[in-house]
Amino acid sequence: MTTRVGVVTFPGSLDDRDARRAVRLAGAEPVALWHRDKDLHQVDAVVLPGGFSYGDYLRCGAISRFSPVMDTVIEQAKLGMPVLGICNGFQVLCESHLLPGALTRNDSLHFICRDQKLRIENNGTAWTRDYAVGQEIVVPLKNGEGRFVADERVLDELEAEGRVVARYLDVNPNGSYRDIAGITNAAGNVVGLMPHPEHAVEPLTGPTTEGLGFFTSVLKQLVNA
Amino acid sequence: MARVVVDVMLKPEILDPQGQAVQRALPRLGFTGIADVRQGKRFELELEGPVDDAVLARIREAAETFLANTVIEDFTVRVEEEAK
Repeated sequence: MTTRVGVVTFPGSLDDRDARRAVRLAGAEPVALWHRDKDLHQVDAVVLPGGFSYGDYLRCGAISRFSPVMDTVIEQAKLGMPVLGICNGFQVLCESHLLPGALTRNDSLHFICRDQKLRIENNGTAWTRDYAVGQEIVVPLKNGEGRFVADERVLDELEAEGRVVARYLDVNPNGSYRDIAGITNAAGNVVGLMPHPEHAVEPLTGPTTEGLGFFTSVLKQLVNA
Repeated sequence: MARVVVDVMLKPEILDPQGQAVQRALPRLGFTGIADVRQGKRFELELEGPVDDAVLARIREAAETFLANTVIEDFTVRVEEEAK
């Protein structure tokens, strides 16, 4: 049976199509999920895509977090279903308290759009097993509120438990504490990432194809499960 | 009828680059002597009925779970006026 990976569309999502395309290129069946529908349609994993859901009103991800689909996503994530939040999706995961910390306005106040070098720090998550620890990849990054913050205790805990998934290399584009670009929950099934691997899956449109590993990783995870 | 005001501010330890940008602009406009600026949000909630302890408790719950992200923000709740 084909692995089904759901991609949620919120009002204001931008990268849901690219995320579905990345899922397809990785060899899984992309399933479009709608924010008002609690039903996950038997998907095996979920991607929360980038964009500006609900216009970023109140705080980025704050309103999406209470959408009907998120009730089920949160429930299933706690039961171990793989969930990847990219950019706005990462913000939704933090607002949902599935991941610690928060994403705030870039320290420069500028919206940053660049091809960003990252180092994969943890390949034990559902979304990173196709990478090597220490592997350097380049994927697009585009955010206005991508500065990962958390208190020192939480940061130390993330470091000690190896829950920093990816770190910015060369340039810290948004002032994220400890150069953190992505983190995971303790179980390793929920990952939040500020840069955009779904935009780096084809040579024609991406700076590299090094983002595809996130999507092939989850496939392998589910097939072996 | 009552109005309840919820003020939400970034916690002191969280960098507020917007406040800093405002602070840097002030002297250029001739407004000197301002040492620091923090920018926050103010919510004005118009109640359908009178305000009592139970209503205020619910509003605090709304502030805690929704209006503020208590990972990075603090909030205060106060009754502003009792309209006739």
